[in-house]
Amino acid sequence: MLDFPRWRVTMLNALIVLSILLAIPSFLPKAWLDRIPAGVPKETISLGLDLAGGSHILLEADTAQLQRDRLESLEDSVRTAMRRAEPRISIDSVTRTNGRLSFVVPDSAQIDAAREALLPVVANSTGGRDWSIEVTDGNRITLVPSGTGNTTVLDQAMNSAKDVIDRRINALGTLEPTIIRQGADRIVVQVPGLQDPQALKDLIGKTAKLEFKLVDENADPEQTAQGKARVGSQVLPYPDNPTGIPYIAVRRLGGISGDKLTGAQQSFDPQDNQPVVNIQFDGEGGQRFARMTQQNTGKLFAIILDGQVISAPRINEPILGGSSQISGSFTVESANQLAIALNSGALPVDLKVVEERSVGPDLGADSIKSGILAALIGTAGVLLWMILTYGRFGIYASYALVINVAMILAVMSLFNATLTLPGIAGFVLTIGAAVDANVLINERIREERRKGRRVIQALENGYKEASRAIFDANITNVIAAVLLFIFGSGPIRGFAVVLMIGIVTSVFTAVTLTRMWVAGWVKRNRPQDINI
Amino acid sequence: MKLLKLVPDNTNIGFLKWRNIAFGFSILLMVASISLVATRGLNFGVDFIGGQMIRTTFVGEQSAPVEALRESIGELGYGDPTIQRFGEENQVSIRMKLPDGADKNPELANEMAEKIIAKVKEDHPKARIDGVDSVSGKVSSELFDKGLFALIAAALGVAMYVWFRFEWQFGVGAIWALVHDITLTFGLFALTQMEFDLNTIAALLTIIGYSLNDTIVIYDRIRENLMKYRKMDMPALLDLSVNETLSRTVMTSLTILTPLVVLVLFGPDVIFGFSVAMAFGIFVGSYSSVYQSAPFLIWFGVSSDSFVPAEKVADGKAERLNEGTV
Repeated sequence: MLDFPRWRVTMLNALIVLSILLAIPSFLPKAWLDRIPAGVPKETISLGLDLAGGSHILLEADTAQLQRDRLESLEDSVRTAMRRAEPRISIDSVTRTNGRLSFVVPDSAQIDAAREALLPVVANSTGGRDWSIEVTDGNRITLVPSGTGNTTVLDQAMNSAKDVIDRRINALGTLEPTIIRQGADRIVVQVPGLQDPQALKDLIGKTAKLEFKLVDENADPEQTAQGKARVGSQVLPYPDNPTGIPYIAVRRLGGISGDKLTGAQQSFDPQDNQPVVNIQFDGEGGQRFARMTQQNTGKLFAIILDGQVISAPRINEPILGGSSQISGSFTVESANQLAIALNSGALPVDLKVVEERSVGPDLGADSIKSGILAALIGTAGVLLWMILTYGRFGIYASYALVINVAMILAVMSLFNATLTLPGIAGFVLTIGAAVDANVLINERIREERRKGRRVIQALENGYKEASRAIFDANITNVIAAVLLFIFGSGPIRGFAVVLMIGIVTSVFTAVTLTRMWVAGWVKRNRPQDINI
Repeated sequence: MKLLKLVPDNTNIGFLKWRNIAFGFSILLMVASISLVATRGLNFGVDFIGGQMIRTTFVGEQSAPVEALRESIGELGYGDPTIQRFGEENQVSIRMKLPDGADKNPELANEMAEKIIAKVKEDHPKARIDGVDSVSGKVSSELFDKGLFALIAAALGVAMYVWFRFEWQFGVGAIWALVHDITLTFGLFALTQMEFDLNTIAALLTIIGYSLNDTIVIYDRIRENLMKYRKMDMPALLDLSVNETLSRTVMTSLTILTPLVVLVLFGPDVIFGFSVAMAFGIFVGSYSSVYQSAPFLIWFGVSSDSFVPAEKVADGKAERLNEGTV
């Protein structure tokens, strides 16, 4: 047990030196770190939001909305497909219920043709089908979403939503956000150092879904004011409506969506110097926009942002150049935000904030200060107990404790782990666990000595007999830590990380290292008696 | 140098003769804890019931104007706030239920936070806003379920391990000690009305780990002695094991309590509840290993047979017949 070959001593010492070296960068000021040449490891531990201050926002997708949108665009495609079929297939009683689209083909002779025309509509890019086609009552066709269809759509939507958020936050400059998907329908955004997340939320909260639809100019104004629309139309809020009624009726179909934009900039209207947003369409979008304005010259069209009409100008002449101007009651700032949002693309799904936490930098700094103070005093207290109680063996245990802390920091730096407030508490607890191992060993040595065993025998038995209890006790802590990591959320995971790393390193330092030192001392001095 | 000995050598304290009294005492405490939780309830933070928490420091003021705040915020029409001091005298957390419909429209929650902050700043221009936490009902109930699940899974997980390493009676004894420690900690939270939040779950899970740590050290010694002293009767053997490990139990509890007490006294205010829970849990955990998990083995009829391999049992059959079972 006490026999340590030279190569093992060398290896263990190398490990100690390596840990200390890896732990050092976390204590250096940033300016120094920048001067360290590349290639030298200089990873540091990052501080959690609760210590560094910052904002944490959890966003959840409105999956019902996503399904409704999907159904709506399906209806659009179905109508187009039927119209373009040769001969044209007329359809009737179109309904969207329970995530299904259903319609009647009055001429039942056309059912097969209709089914044929639907095939390209329901096919997805991987060769499968997003919708299955069911025919009932002879002439009613129902499109039912296939099992994976909705999940895939949500998954794609969340991935692109994440990219969109990333682009939007980056447009704000200097912030270093962490944006990660969580579960099927959530995204976590963490921005260190940002105390007031309002601007961020404004930016993320906007879907920035831009649509152009024709105004239903034959709608009955009274009906519109009550929110009732004719068949084929819908009523949308229009807060700045010059007529005073905050609603307007628009035609449901035949509009253009804003996902065909190539750019948007804040600018000023040359006539009245009001802030506006200039937009440019891509080739296809430009053509469609040109066609729409050509066919409807003289009519009103509504510019709709996130389901709300921001202005409804008259089409004075066809707009053929592929660019246009959005005016509304903008301030320079809101026009600029809209431009950023449009540039980074529309969010494919509505996101709402379900959890938000922000910590001011002062509170974080206070926490670090008192956390480190407590850790230092606590450690000092533990070391004092150990040295007073076990003498030389207490000193070995104390060395081991200090190296243990360095090793935890080293491992955390290596993985760029985050230190949170509960993480500091985890440190304190790990110190306790490490000490317990030494207490077990030293108490056992005392016991063996009391029984009259000789020094070497007592030391060997002490390490051997205690290691079983140390092992079992630490395994149970590992079980608790792993469960904490799996089921815990937020800062608690930081606690679990420190605990898991700490358990491994504390067993190593408290058992292996102290044994090496004890063995070295015994070999050099061949003591006849030990003071323990 | 004369070394410190907290526990004298070769103690022979008859812990186990008090086992029935200790058991009754523990049952009493557990019943009291459960009724406290049932009557006073736990002071759940926004993590678990949803809502909004605004932390404020009234810079330059001796203490936070709790009553005035309660009134001025109550007047905003969002219902009565729960205002609680945390840390220094001049630091408070203001907790509010989320306004109706906030689950659908998070703007409403923002609006409330803005109004409250504006109100605080209006009356106390130097007040510093340290943080705003806003948790929707859906997320908080998920956090609650997750936390509860983690607790149960951890308790079962470690009990399974003890069963696997020792015998089933040990597993049951260990889980009983856990239930005991956790229940009393819940009682402490109900009694003091300290905020029960995500950090508290972390504390409870760590208490589970440590309570077991202690239990296992004693169980390990019991197992060793069961194999060594085959003729000793069970209460005496348990007493011997507890006494042999007594100085370790005292020393470890003290060394772990040292940093925890420091955390309570000087540590960050935000984890005050966490530190108190931990310190309490370690203390209760040490007690329960001696007085709950060890006596359980008597009640479950554990004897040295449990650890002697089958062939040895066959060899020593005659001897064992005279011995009888304990």
